[in-house]
Amino acid sequence: MDFGPFLFLATLEGLVQAAVLCLTALGLSLVFGVMRVVNVAHGEFFMLGAVLAWWVTGWFGGHPALGFVVALALAPVLVGGIAWAGERMVLKRVSYDPEATIVATIGMLYIIQQTTLLTFGPDARPVEPPFYFRVQFPWFGYSGYKLCVIVAAAVLLLAAWFVITRTRLGLVMRATQFDRETAQNFGIAVDRVYAMVFAIGAGLAAAGAVLVVPVQQAHYLMGGDPLLLSFIVVIIGGLGSIRGTLVAALLIGLCDGIISVFFSPTLAKMLSTLAVALVLVFRPQGLMGARQRG
Amino acid sequence: MGDGAKSLLLHGAILLSLFGLQFVLPEYHQLAVTRILLLAVFAMGYNLLFGYTGLLSLGHAMFFGAGMYGAGLSAYHLGWAVPSAMLLGVACGALLALLVGLVALRTTGVAFMIVTLMISQVGYLATVYFTTWTRGDEGLVMPEAARSFTLFGHTWLLTDPVTRYNLALILLAIAMAVLLWVARGRFGRALVAVRENEDRTRMLGYHTFVIKLKALLLSGAVSAAAGAAYALMFAYIGSSFTTIQYSIDPLLYTLLGGAGTVAGPVLGTFLMFYLVDYASELTNAYLLVTGIVLVVLVLFFPRGILGAIRERWLRWLP
Repeated sequence: MDFGPFLFLATLEGLVQAAVLCLTALGLSLVFGVMRVVNVAHGEFFMLGAVLAWWVTGWFGGHPALGFVVALALAPVLVGGIAWAGERMVLKRVSYDPEATIVATIGMLYIIQQTTLLTFGPDARPVEPPFYFRVQFPWFGYSGYKLCVIVAAAVLLLAAWFVITRTRLGLVMRATQFDRETAQNFGIAVDRVYAMVFAIGAGLAAAGAVLVVPVQQAHYLMGGDPLLLSFIVVIIGGLGSIRGTLVAALLIGLCDGIISVFFSPTLAKMLSTLAVALVLVFRPQGLMGARQRG
Repeated sequence: MGDGAKSLLLHGAILLSLFGLQFVLPEYHQLAVTRILLLAVFAMGYNLLFGYTGLLSLGHAMFFGAGMYGAGLSAYHLGWAVPSAMLLGVACGALLALLVGLVALRTTGVAFMIVTLMISQVGYLATVYFTTWTRGDEGLVMPEAARSFTLFGHTWLLTDPVTRYNLALILLAIAMAVLLWVARGRFGRALVAVRENEDRTRMLGYHTFVIKLKALLLSGAVSAAAGAAYALMFAYIGSSFTTIQYSIDPLLYTLLGGAGTVAGPVLGTFLMFYLVDYASELTNAYLLVTGIVLVVLVLFFPRGILGAIRERWLRWLP
């Protein structure tokens, strides 16, 4: 294959990555922005989404598309419910103290991951895509499902954007993010907003996982990479800035996809992780974000 | 009896009972306790930064790893003798801590945790990437020449379990002495001042950045000593020792035993090691124990075992 088509293929792969990363990172970014806590268990919610997708599609049988649609609707809700329970039982009780929350979510990470290992087992399990369809480009054929992932992620992101900017729930969330105490003074149940945001964040990660699991397989350790990439995205995009998160997710998903086609993935990961750590040190507001108010 | 005398007596008694333990333990547990002693040194190094200075690092595996690879690689590739390899390991850890500190200590709170986590991840990836020298996940087994050494006119055999146990105990004793000296001295009080209120400490005329850098340097060196000793005694180095798991373990040990207490990490390491050891006989999902203990600690015992004891009964506990 010539360089041009090869780059095009790499870009497509990058776009699929970026689409899923947008959803996952948006979830992490919402939680950080509104609640001011870092959720280390975020990757495990992603993993739970994928595992639930495997479970639901297997349970349904029949045409794979049917089970898949049900999984796409059900998995985020279930994962959101689990996150909600975790928030009520743990995070609320440590009063969202930043350090205690990190330690607690590390604990939740292990609990979720190891419980999955106990029940789901150590093997990677495939989920059948809802349909097989090849888009024939002049140089190569490409999975139609992967293109569909990009579109579906875009639709979900639009929906999330609509909720955040155009609904009462979104207004309440933004008010809480902007100034927690004033929001409380205006009668917003900040406490309930936190639980809701934590659940929505987890649900977004789960939705991303359901979309990507037909091309990736479900495995109990699959939460690590999305977690690290989401961290990177949220840091580069500016902590708590949703627009920054989306731009950074697109950029990093694309870069990651393209770079790993051309270079050694380990070296790429090493350099990008180091670069991101330095961004956090020297430009904590992110590359694009403006300084946040205290 | 003064507080200083009490604490010396207590920690002397701990060391003495650990020395006595080797005569009653069966072989399997002797090996396990040797590992525990070294991991406890690691946790004590961690505690210096977390418990006393109030800086929560999620990347201490890189210092453990620096010691391990500094000692292991020099012994394996350069044929260095055990004592000099050990010293090199400690020096590597201290140097890494200095470099990381200069960058990471510009941040505080959550950002510091994430930065240390990421730098440590870079360290792990480096051990995988430079596979020509490190053999990555597969790791290296120390050569025969590095299994014994001559020091003070005595030949020490690292293949002998009793020698290993006592060398690990000596290292623990040194670490404990350093920690006691720090905890009771001016430097330790400056660290606690930074932990309690950094702004006020700075206002009182202390250069808090330098204090934190010194703490990280000492913490990194102690952690690296544990890593170097682990490599040389158990004759193996590998990437798995630099994963995030090895950053979370010392945090867990310290939290369980009591952050900001000298003996806490030792107690925490003992309990947690045997808990995980026991769980791993029952199931392959033994890390579930780690998760549950972390959540329970954060929710119900944020000060850990010795921290709670100090609060209620023994106010003098360092």
